[in-house]
Amino acid sequence: MLAHAIFFYFFSFVAIISAIMVTVSKNTVHSVFFLILDFISISCLFIMIGAEFLGMIMLIVYVGAVAVLFLFVVMMLNVAQQKNQWFKSSDTSTHIPIGLIVSLIIFFELIIVIGGWKYKPDIIENFTDNLISNSTNTHTIGSVLYTEYIHLFQISGMILLVAMIGAIVLTFRKREGVKRQNYFSQISREKNQGVELVEVKSNEGVKIDV
Amino acid sequence: MFEVSLGHYLTLGAIIFTIGVIGIFLNRKNVIVILMSIELILLAVNINLVSFSIFLQDLSGQIFTLFILTVAAAEAAIGLAIIVVYYRNAGTIRVEEIENLKG
Repeated sequence: MLAHAIFFYFFSFVAIISAIMVTVSKNTVHSVFFLILDFISISCLFIMIGAEFLGMIMLIVYVGAVAVLFLFVVMMLNVAQQKNQWFKSSDTSTHIPIGLIVSLIIFFELIIVIGGWKYKPDIIENFTDNLISNSTNTHTIGSVLYTEYIHLFQISGMILLVAMIGAIVLTFRKREGVKRQNYFSQISREKNQGVELVEVKSNEGVKIDV
Repeated sequence: MFEVSLGHYLTLGAIIFTIGVIGIFLNRKNVIVILMSIELILLAVNINLVSFSIFLQDLSGQIFTLFILTVAAAEAAIGLAIIVVYYRNAGTIRVEEIENLKG
C-alpha cells in the first residue's frame, strides 16, 4: 500500500507538472512533448489502479495517434518559433487576471464538491459488481462493450468515419498547374481520334507534327 | 496520507481540468495549444470516470472512457484540419491575429 501511494504521488506529480508545462511552454513542439509525457503518466496511473486495457488504449490512441498528429501539424505550419507573449502582451491585457480568477474559482468549486461529497448510503448495493470476477479487465470490458453497449460502439465507429471524411474534405484542394490523369477521357477515346491514316506520296516522305 | 482513496484521484482530475481551463483562457500563442488544452480537459474527465469505475466496482465508467477517447481523437483530427485550412487561407494561427469576428 505504501508503494501504491508512492507511485500515485510520483505519477500525479509528473502529470501535473507536465500539464503546466503544456500551457506555459514557449515552444509549441515542447508543448506537444509535455502532452505526451502527461498522457504516459496518466496511463501509468490507469494501469496501476486496475484499468489495464484503458491504460494501453490511451497509450496507443493518444501517444501513438493524437500526439503524433499534433507534431505533424506543428511541423507543417512553421509555428514552433513564434515567440510566446504571455504576461507581456502589449495592448489591453485584461483577460489575464480575469481568466486566472475564473479558473481559480472553478478549481475551488471542484475542490469543495470533492471535499463535501460522499456516497449515498445504499449506492453500493445497486451496482452490478461485474469487476469482481476471475476474468481479466480486457475480457470483462469486451463482454460488456459488445453486448450492452453495441449501439454506442457502432455509433462511435460512425463518428470516426465522419471525422476521417471531414478531415479529408476540409484539407483537400485543387491546385492550378498540376497535371492529373483524366480517366474518363482516356477510356472514352476512340480509334478515329487516335489514329490517322495518311496517303503518302512517293519520294516525299511524311511530316510528323506531334 | 498513505491510503490512496477516491478523493486523491478526483483531486488530480480537478487540478488537471483547471490547468486545461487556464491554458484556454490565457493562451496568446496559437490555436494548437488551445486544442492541447482541450485534450487535457478530456483527460481529466477520463481520470474521474476511471477512478469512479474502479472504486465503485462498476464497469460503465471504463466503457464511457473508451467513447470519450474516440470522440477526442475525432475532435483532434477535425480541429487540426480546420487549423491547417485556416493557416493556408490567413497565413497565421496566432490567437491575437484571428480577429475576423471582432471578438
